[in-house]
Amino acid sequence: MGQHLIHWVWLNSVPGIGARRASQLLEYFECPENIWNARKEELSRLPFLTRKTIENLMDKKIRDESEKHLERIYNHKIKVITIKDDLYPCYLKSIYDAPPLLFVKGQVEKDEKTIAIVGSRRATSYGLDMAERIGYELSKLGVTVVSGMARGIDSRAHSGSLKAGGRTLAVLGCGLDTVYPPENKPLMQRIEESGAVISEYLPGVKPVAQNFPARNRIISGISLGVVIIEANEKSGSLITADFALEQGREVFAVPGNITSSNSKGTNKLIREGAKIVTDIDDILEEIKVHRSSNNKEHRLVVKKPQFDGLDSDERIIAEQLSIEPTHIDLLAEKSKINIQEMNAILIMMELRGIVEQLPGKIFKLKE
Amino acid sequence: MLSKIKSCGLVGIDGYIVEVETDISSGIPAFEIVGLGDTAVRESKERVRAAIKNTGLEFPVRRITINLAPANQRKEGSAFDLSIALGILTATEQVNNPALDKYLFIGELSLDGEVKPVNGILPMAICALNAGIENIVLPIANADEAAVVRGLNVLPIRNISEIINHLNGEKPIDRYYIDIEGIFSSNINHELDFADVKGQANVKRALEVAASGAHNCIMVGSPGSGKTMVAKRLPSILPSMTFEEALEVTKIHSIAGILPQKTSLITNRPFRSPHHTISDISLIGGGKYPRPGEISLAHYGVLFLDEVPEFSKDALEVLRQPLEDGVVTISRVNASLSYPAKAMLVLAANPCKCGNFLDNTKQCTCTPKQVQQYLGKLSGPLLDRIDIHIEVASVKYKELESDKEEEKSALIRERVNKARKIQLDRYKGLKIFSNSQLQPAMINKFCRLDDKGKELLRSAFDRLGLSARAHNRILKVARTIADMEESGEIKLAHLAEAIQYRSLDRRFWNG
Repeated sequence: MGQHLIHWVWLNSVPGIGARRASQLLEYFECPENIWNARKEELSRLPFLTRKTIENLMDKKIRDESEKHLERIYNHKIKVITIKDDLYPCYLKSIYDAPPLLFVKGQVEKDEKTIAIVGSRRATSYGLDMAERIGYELSKLGVTVVSGMARGIDSRAHSGSLKAGGRTLAVLGCGLDTVYPPENKPLMQRIEESGAVISEYLPGVKPVAQNFPARNRIISGISLGVVIIEANEKSGSLITADFALEQGREVFAVPGNITSSNSKGTNKLIREGAKIVTDIDDILEEIKVHRSSNNKEHRLVVKKPQFDGLDSDERIIAEQLSIEPTHIDLLAEKSKINIQEMNAILIMMELRGIVEQLPGKIFKLKE
Repeated sequence: MLSKIKSCGLVGIDGYIVEVETDISSGIPAFEIVGLGDTAVRESKERVRAAIKNTGLEFPVRRITINLAPANQRKEGSAFDLSIALGILTATEQVNNPALDKYLFIGELSLDGEVKPVNGILPMAICALNAGIENIVLPIANADEAAVVRGLNVLPIRNISEIINHLNGEKPIDRYYIDIEGIFSSNINHELDFADVKGQANVKRALEVAASGAHNCIMVGSPGSGKTMVAKRLPSILPSMTFEEALEVTKIHSIAGILPQKTSLITNRPFRSPHHTISDISLIGGGKYPRPGEISLAHYGVLFLDEVPEFSKDALEVLRQPLEDGVVTISRVNASLSYPAKAMLVLAANPCKCGNFLDNTKQCTCTPKQVQQYLGKLSGPLLDRIDIHIEVASVKYKELESDKEEEKSALIRERVNKARKIQLDRYKGLKIFSNSQLQPAMINKFCRLDDKGKELLRSAFDRLGLSARAHNRILKVARTIADMEESGEIKLAHLAEAIQYRSLDRRFWNG
């Protein structure tokens, strides 16, 4: 594809040519090679091009750069999917400003049921938990989970999906040679292996702030619906929700504690008509995925915790923890067990997998 | 004419007898002091001259040579002033006393003949007693400190004429007494009491365990969660100091010159909390004229390093050896001296850069990497010397308001004393005093686990992701918890509780 690809890469790298201009040009010239060969007079006749952009299109330096871009793409073993390729995700193709080129590491599949899960980077343990669980359950039911590999909710949604052995797509706001955030390097590797990491940016593009809203339109565009878990009032996740509405995608929101700032955004979405997620079926209904009628196991809401096999002290602790995660001091006070015994009992329960310790000596019930 | 007067110098935390030899001969008038004195010693010439003159005595206009023997040992400070003056007065026969070698003189002179206090009186007094000297003459402000030494006549003076009158038999000075036992028993009071700390049950418990086994510990918690408050109260639950311990602590504080006025003995365990900008030298001691560092000043007490990740790496690294050996050795070209440094180390740190990582009510603005890096600054070898990790949560307003009676320090101290006694008895003849000092070979002997215990420890390592360095620390702490309950063997509950005190080894701190 070499020779043919270089024109695509060139088109993608011209300053002033975004997704929208590119698609207009492609409509007119049919393929990037024709644009490359177009004469200046021809380009000047197009009303949507400014003089500056035309200069850039004719610029020899930018054309020469394309070789280097191409080399970098090969070096990083990045696949390129153009909007004219069959493999190009069909939902994404339909949006108004679909990226002409997608850079991919991993495997894209043409028709797959996809749901995006996005949310706050600084999530609460509840939010992280929900992200992981929804990611897990959707994957178990064969839905591909899309997210942005950001810290917090995004990462947990991916890892939930990976845990279930499902497919997951990560859409980045930078070139695929950069891992952002850096601590997600191992996660990115696993996503490449059992899904794909996608970006519209050439390798070498840094994760600058303005890339992320644009990235969000791909997240929603590539998906049938977007689940938002935890977002404060001015969150990037709400931008994703807006894109989703523009693109005609379903918007789901996971309700949260009304006193938590992390729930303000999601609760607002619900108030404004987003579909509330109280169980996995709420999502499945809208995207026409049906579970077989006897399959009852994939549920978000856990049944009442089982206290079988616990002695009386442990039962008291478990009952308190089933209300909310609790600090060890409060736990000791409420259960009238002294602190040293409490320490011992909790470690035993933790080792048996009944409770889990969070930073700050706070304990919660493990499902 | 020649005279010999005894005084005292300091090396490390011990005194040594200095003989002040004065020779007055005819020749061109001059005043020389030899014997490796520092500037303060050399300048004493001027103070001595003026003091003698202003007391109404005669300063000889002749050739005066003073030798401070042993002449090869460096001497510093102004404590030799009084003995130099008396040497001149004896050599000119203005003072006549046949029993002068039974006296030791210490004190700085002011120009009008008054005698001013100096540092390091206690070690000097002990040195005098050991050298068989009967009387120690010193500034009145230092009298309380020296009077602690039993068997020594302490003769406090205000000015130089008092001692001249005494020595010439005109007006004897009364011996100074204090009630040592009375001071020792009544002075043990702690203004800061654990009863002031509301809530924080698990922090208090962890500190009680730490105190019972003399374990070093680290507290991690958000700003304002009360780390400093509880640390300051830690000395109040440590076992009371013995007289010998008190003497040693007072010696160090006396040399460093930080003994409060009118104090004869430090009876409360010291609590030192140096600022994080401290240099490595001030932390462990040293300098051109060596001084004890903070870790020696905290000897038999608590060295508290607040905001420990902010300390310079050098400062923290130099702590390692003294923590291991309980002594700081300072080597110089011509001498090496050592300061004792058996302090319990208590570290406090915010959980992350912004400090809110553990706080449920505030939002942490750090990235996971920053959180990891912040405590990652503490080097492994330093953390290797920390047995107990304590996570401190902020106290809710409700608890601050509550009238619930909290336990008094004295009650906790009683329990700690009991646990320490068990350890002392067990380690008799082994040169260690507490569980925290157990060496690996001894751990195998004293911290045996039954099969169930081994199983528990194994599964804790597998499931909680504890790092290898935790293993021996858990066993030592479990031993202490067992001692607190006067249990011979380490039971499962003891071991389980000990595992709780290794939170920093867990995975969520390591990313």
